[in-house]
Parts: sequence; structure tokens; C-alpha cells
Amino acid sequence: MSNQHANSHNQFAAQVRSYGVELTEASPGAVADAIASAIDPPAVGTPLPWDGVELPDGVETDPTPADIEDAATGVTAASLAVADYGSIVLRMDDAGSEPVSLFGDLHVAVLREEDIVPDMEAAFEWFGEQLRETRDSAVVATGPSATADMGSLVQGAHGPKRVEVIVVR
Amino acid sequence: MSSERDSKAAHIRHIMETEGDAVGANTRGFNDGRYESVGELEDYDALKDEARSIKEDAIERLPHLVDELTETVEENGGTVYLAEDAADANEYIAEVCTDNEADRLVKSKSMTSEEIEINEHLEREGVEVVETDLGEWVLQVADEAPSHIVAPAIHKSREGIADLFNEQFDPEEDLETAEELTAFAREQLGELIRGADVGMTGANFITADSGTMALVTSEGNARKTVAVPETQIAVAGVEKVVPSVEDLQPFVELIGRSGTGQDITSYISLLTPPVNSPTVDFDDPDTPVADGDDDREFHLVLIDNGRMAMREDEELRETLYCIRCSACSNTCANFQSVGGHAFGGETYSGGIATGWEAGVHGMDAAAEFNDLCTGCSRCVEACPVGIDIPWINTVVRDRLNTGTDPELEFLVDGLTPDTETSGPGIQKRLFGNFELLAKVGSTVAPVSNWVANAGPVSRVLQRAAGVAHDRDLPAFQRTTFREWFEGRDRVPPIDPDRRVVLYPDLYTNYILVNRGKAAVRALEALGVEVLVPPVPGSGRAPLSQGMIDTARSKAERVAEALGPYVADGYDVVVIEPSDLAMFRGDYERLLPEESFESLAEHSYEILEYVYGLLTNGADTDGLTLADGDGETVAYHAHCQQRTMGLDEYSVAVLDACGYDVTTSDVECCGMAGSFGYKEQYYELAMDVGSTLEEQLRDADCDHVIASGTSCTDQIGDLLGEEPSHVIELLAPDGETT
Repeated sequence: MSNQHANSHNQFAAQVRSYGVELTEASPGAVADAIASAIDPPAVGTPLPWDGVELPDGVETDPTPADIEDAATGVTAASLAVADYGSIVLRMDDAGSEPVSLFGDLHVAVLREEDIVPDMEAAFEWFGEQLRETRDSAVVATGPSATADMGSLVQGAHGPKRVEVIVVR
Repeated sequence: MSSERDSKAAHIRHIMETEGDAVGANTRGFNDGRYESVGELEDYDALKDEARSIKEDAIERLPHLVDELTETVEENGGTVYLAEDAADANEYIAEVCTDNEADRLVKSKSMTSEEIEINEHLEREGVEVVETDLGEWVLQVADEAPSHIVAPAIHKSREGIADLFNEQFDPEEDLETAEELTAFAREQLGELIRGADVGMTGANFITADSGTMALVTSEGNARKTVAVPETQIAVAGVEKVVPSVEDLQPFVELIGRSGTGQDITSYISLLTPPVNSPTVDFDDPDTPVADGDDDREFHLVLIDNGRMAMREDEELRETLYCIRCSACSNTCANFQSVGGHAFGGETYSGGIATGWEAGVHGMDAAAEFNDLCTGCSRCVEACPVGIDIPWINTVVRDRLNTGTDPELEFLVDGLTPDTETSGPGIQKRLFGNFELLAKVGSTVAPVSNWVANAGPVSRVLQRAAGVAHDRDLPAFQRTTFREWFEGRDRVPPIDPDRRVVLYPDLYTNYILVNRGKAAVRALEALGVEVLVPPVPGSGRAPLSQGMIDTARSKAERVAEALGPYVADGYDVVVIEPSDLAMFRGDYERLLPEESFESLAEHSYEILEYVYGLLTNGADTDGLTLADGDGETVAYHAHCQQRTMGLDEYSVAVLDACGYDVTTSDVECCGMAGSFGYKEQYYELAMDVGSTLEEQLRDADCDHVIASGTSCTDQIGDLLGEEPSHVIELLAPDGETT
């Protein structure tokens, strides 16, 4: 692992925790166990796109609207992370990663360590290439959903109340 | 005229009483957060410059970018509709709803959709519209208008929202905490989103290269609004288009920090619609979402509604750079007291709203609140794209003046040798022509002071010109600063280190003469040759009243008077910060480039100059600057002085002289030139001042000092004793009468 990666990883971990997000690390083979101990059932998810990295049993990966609505947890992959903001990038797809990551009270995001970039400049270089090429959509998510509209800051507005990130390294 | 001022004062008083506390706490919280959050950015200024130049370029190339975007969105499978005005946009959106047999449209927050009043239009067409942003939903339930462009329900307290919900929805158990209110709203709105046929969003930015729109949100309602229904409509002003995806980066880093003081909001959605996410069809709850046969539809409604004309208007064009972050609202002392229900027009609120309202709704909408910008300039450094918001307010004020029909002009006609083509109202002309008022007042002082503040005359001034009866008018001095200087028996130094023209601003010359004398003593003690030639007023007073032609002719005469000295190697030293702000800033718009640049480059604020002399090794032998000896000083820097970054010199010199300095952190004292003298704004000015009063009293220092004339007057009224200028505290002793 290069120094730059190590720095980005440490910075990301510190930033993401400052938003109250729990971060755990796991080797590819241990990801399923890490997810299993993170989730509150029932859980829905979308398949993780990396070889040798699997979802645990008990996560519904072909969810219906009813599954999505009833789920306490949604598990999805994050495509990228921005170290100095503690942000993760959630890419939309046909499998339904967007609603899966949005409706439950807990969102568990799985992120590869090598996909952590140092800053927004690097992130937007990536977005520029990706979005012009694929015309995809994505969300830069930082911490749980929140509102200050009801008189004081509340975590968990329309989106998840809690976020956990599992870093595959 | 007077009853108009009375009803304005009553309106402001009502808003301050009912909404002032909530607005004040929230906006000050956002503003403090902004300072903290931008302070953490290493390259804040560079990011602002980048953001500014992206907007300049985008607006310059706007027609081309709109064409490019249209092509891109159509290539992506969406539709672009360029709406000329609100009615055009509303008709198109209603058609889309009809084509989709839509009964319900759910919305995420969008100011542009408020501008066109789409909700009202669709409801008339039989489509139910639901605001899903929690703040907007509260207002929809309460049937109220937003008081802030980012946090629309900022004027409502938690208790007020709880009462509203408990009354409207009669829940089994009364709602009380913010958590309970949020959970209740989420549940109610979740139901409504489930059955929605169309989702409508705004767009913070749209990229022409990929057709990607950025949405800056925190609650997740915009994500649901887009993800759930099959049809998405996005409503955006044409000015939201930027060339490329990479251009989004500085804005993403700046918008949350500048607005609510968050480094970044929870969600920055980068949507390239129609989005490649399956719809969530709750009518068919048991079919996996990935198996659905979606046919997503996307309509981008780009709104002109006056924007293309603003682009052609040299003075209003900058408004289009606005990214609607709300920094100019939160940092504004007046806004902190009243919020958008007083400091706002039909749709927009805060400092930049004058430009938006004038451009999209017309001059009458801007006239409602344009006076509330005092030109203090604190918003200029807060604005992430560096818009000269006070200038836009001045221009609109000037245009409004031209259309007014002043009454009772006979009273000030003799005092108004202004070059305005037609009539600003009597109040603006009185304050705008302060120079002549001061000259006449000084000639007949102290009688004039006694007369002006005596009952009958004071009441006539209030009735005719709206000068607040509770204010003491400035006391003109019989011997002006210049007369004192000319009458001195002093041989100039033969070989001075520096040569200075000390600008005899109107306030120093006619009213605060002692600070002028102190400045002369201090400069001479530092080995400087000082001249005080006759130079006219800077034009600050007429400019603040929107009398641009008059201000320009003053500027020309100042440049004429000072130009030869500057050419001869003299530095220009200025005591009054608002006049230095003219020389360094506003004159750029009033003078030819060369005269502006040479004056701006050679002008200094008095303490900035003293600091420079001290740090550049001026000969300090025999210098008798005061020795603070640990005495405590409460210092309020002038708003424009702070914007120019010059307050730190006063603090540094005070510190070097052994004083223990506490500085105020309010954005403005509330007086702001003539603003606090106007009867309709007197109570607001005192409300703004109350925060400063509290800070100065809490500091409990040996000395209270200020830099600006307005601040001096205001603090005098607040504390019952006028503060001195910094230089009066620091200058060696001399005769002061």
C-alpha cells in the first residue's frame, strides 16, 4: 500500500467517524461476516461488484418495493470515497442500489480501500470521466440524513438514521 | 409619506416581535458556522476565484451552453423545455402532468418553483402538490411563505411547529420534541411519496457536457422524489448551467460552508436523468424492483423569466452568478433581526434578493425591501462568488429614485444641489446631500445643533423627512478640522520621512474634529509631513441613497483634488472607513480606470498607515504614542473596514501600545450611515445595535473605541457615552478643543 493510500485511508476514517459513522475494516473473505454483524434484520442489498467479496446470507438481493419498505437495513457497495470530507459515492444502478441505500434506518456501505481518493478535485475528475462516458447518476453521501427544520438538528430525516462503512483491505 | 413610514415601521416591529428571536438565533448560528467552516479550507480564496470565473464564463456563453445542454439531455433520453416566463413554464408542467394522468406531484425544495408559483397553478388544474422538504412542508401546512432561501421555516420555533402539527393532525399523543416532529413528518410524507405520480426537483447546477444536475440536500427527500415515481420534472433558471462536471467541484465545496456552515450537506445528488434506477412501484409491492419494465420520463424546464434580460443588463448581470447559498442573508445584521418576511420580496430574500426581484418580478417587488441593505458590505466577502451585492442594491435604489414622486420637496430643495435626473424622495435627498447640510450646520453651530434637536424642528424633520425623533442629530463644530489645521502655528518638517494628505472627510471636518487633530499629532510624531487641503466629500452619502450621478460627480472632484498630490508622491490617509471603501472600491465604478487605480493604490486607513510606519522602521525617536500599560479596550471595528481586512491593523497597534483589546464580533453596529436615523428603521437599527451593546457592556473595559462615525453615533446612543476613535486613544496628548 502506498503512503498516499495510507494517508487517504486514515483521513477518511477520521472524517467519516466525525459524522457519527461507524467504520470497520475487513479482508475480502471476512466482509460477509462483518456485514452480518453490522446489520439489523430484515436487510435488503444489492450484489457487491468485486470478486471474492460476498454478502452474507439473509440479505435479500432482489428486493421488492415491500421488501425495501420493510427493511431495517440496506447494504450496497460504494464506488468511491473522498478522504478529506468523509464522503462516500453511491452509484445508481438497475439493481436498485439507490432505493436500497435510502429507505432503511441503517445503511451499510462496502468500500474498497483503493477507491478512496484524497479530495473533491480527484473525485470530480473521476465523475467527469464516468458521467460523460456512462451518463450514470450517483450520490455523494456524507453521514446520515439530517434536518434542522424541526427546531434542532435531528439525524434521520427521510433517509437513513445511521450509516456504517466496511472498508475492504 | 409619513404614514407609509409609520406602517413600514409597524410591519418591521411586528416581524421583530413575532419572528425575530428564531430568525436571529438561526441566522447567527449559520453565520458563525460559515466562519468556522471556511476557515478550515486551505484554499478558500482560490476556490472562490475559481467559482466566480466559472460563473462569469458560463453566463457569458449562456445561449451556447443552453443549446449544448439541450442536445445532451435529448441524447440522454430527456426533454428540455425553455420557458419564457412563469406562465409558460406552468402551462408546460401542467401538460406533462395531464399526459401522465397525474393526481399527485411530490416536490423537493426549489426556490425557482416558488418563483413561478407552480403549486398554485397545479392545484388549480386539479393536481395535488406536496412539499417533501420538512421545512417547506411545515410552511405548506401553515400556509406561510419562506423566510429564508435555504432554511424556509427559520422563523418558526420547535414549539410553534409542534402546536401547528398537533392542531392540524391531532395525533394520538401530542408531538413535542424535534425527533418526534421529524418522525411524524417522515411517516406522513413517506405515505404521500409512495403514491406520487410525478417527482419535481429544482437543480443547483446543471452540466452541459453530460446533462448532470447537482442537488444539494440533507434530508433525503429529493432522492426519494426522484427514485420513486416514473416521471421527473426539474425546474431550473437558465443561469444554473455550467460547462462541465468538473466545474461542480468548487461549488460543492463552497455552498454548504457558505450557507449553513456545513462543510458539506448529507447528500450531493449528481443526477443524469432519466436516471438509471428502477422505479419503486408501491402499487405493485411484490415484483422485484429490478424486474420492472420502467419507462422513466424526464423533463427539464429551463426558466428565463427575465434572466436573459438581466444578462444584458450590465449592472444586474452579476446577480446571475448567485448560487443561492444564503450567506448574504445570514451575515446581514438587518436580516438577522427581521428575516425574509421583512427583508424579502415576492420570492427571494436577503441582500442578493434585490437583484433577483428586480430581474424576475420587477422594480416594485424590489422596492419593498431594498432600503434594508445599508451597504455595510459584510456580505461581499461572505459571498462564495464575490458578488458586489451592495452595488446591486445601490443601482436598484438609484433606478427606484428615478421613478419616485417626492413630496414636500421645498424643504430640502435649497439643500439639494444634486445631479439626479429626477427625484429621490425627500428623505434620501436630505441624507444624500449631507455635505451641504454639514457646511451650513457648522457655520451656524452651535445654534444649528440646538435648533435641530429642539422639539419643534426635530418634529418637523421627522414629519417631513423621516428623521427619527429619538436620535440626536450630529453636533456640528463651529471650528472645522481644516480651519483648525490652517490656523496652526507650526513649521513643517524640513526632511520628512513620508508626506501625507490627511483626507478631511465630512464627519472629521465638521463633527468629529478631535479625531482629525489626533491623527495629525500621531502622524507628525512619527515624522510625517501632514497636509489637510480642501477636498470635497467622497460621495458616500449620496451613494448610500442611490444617488449615483451625484456620487460620481463628487468622486470626480475628489480625484481632481487629490490627484496632483498623489502624482507628487503624497500618500492619502483616511480616517473614516466608509470613505476609504469609496476610494478603494466604489470609485472603480465611478471613475476612469487610471484615476481610480492611482487613488486606490495610494490610500490608507489611518491605523493601517501607522502600523506600516511602525513596522517599516519609521524613526520612532521622540515618539510619544500612548502607553496602554495593560488598560483594557473594547473595540468595535467598522463594517466596511472589516470587509477591507483593515481592522487587524488597529488591533495590532493597540496591542503594540500595551492595551488589552477585546473586539466585538457583530457584523454591523446597526446605524450604517443614515439608516439608523430614518424613523421607519430606527427600532430595527436599535435592535441590531442591542447585540453590540451587550458585547461592549460584557467586556467591561477601561475604554470603548470605534473607527467609524456611524458606529460612534450608535454606540453613543446605546451606551449613553460616545466612544473615541482609535487614533484619539493612541495619539500623543495635545490640545483637544
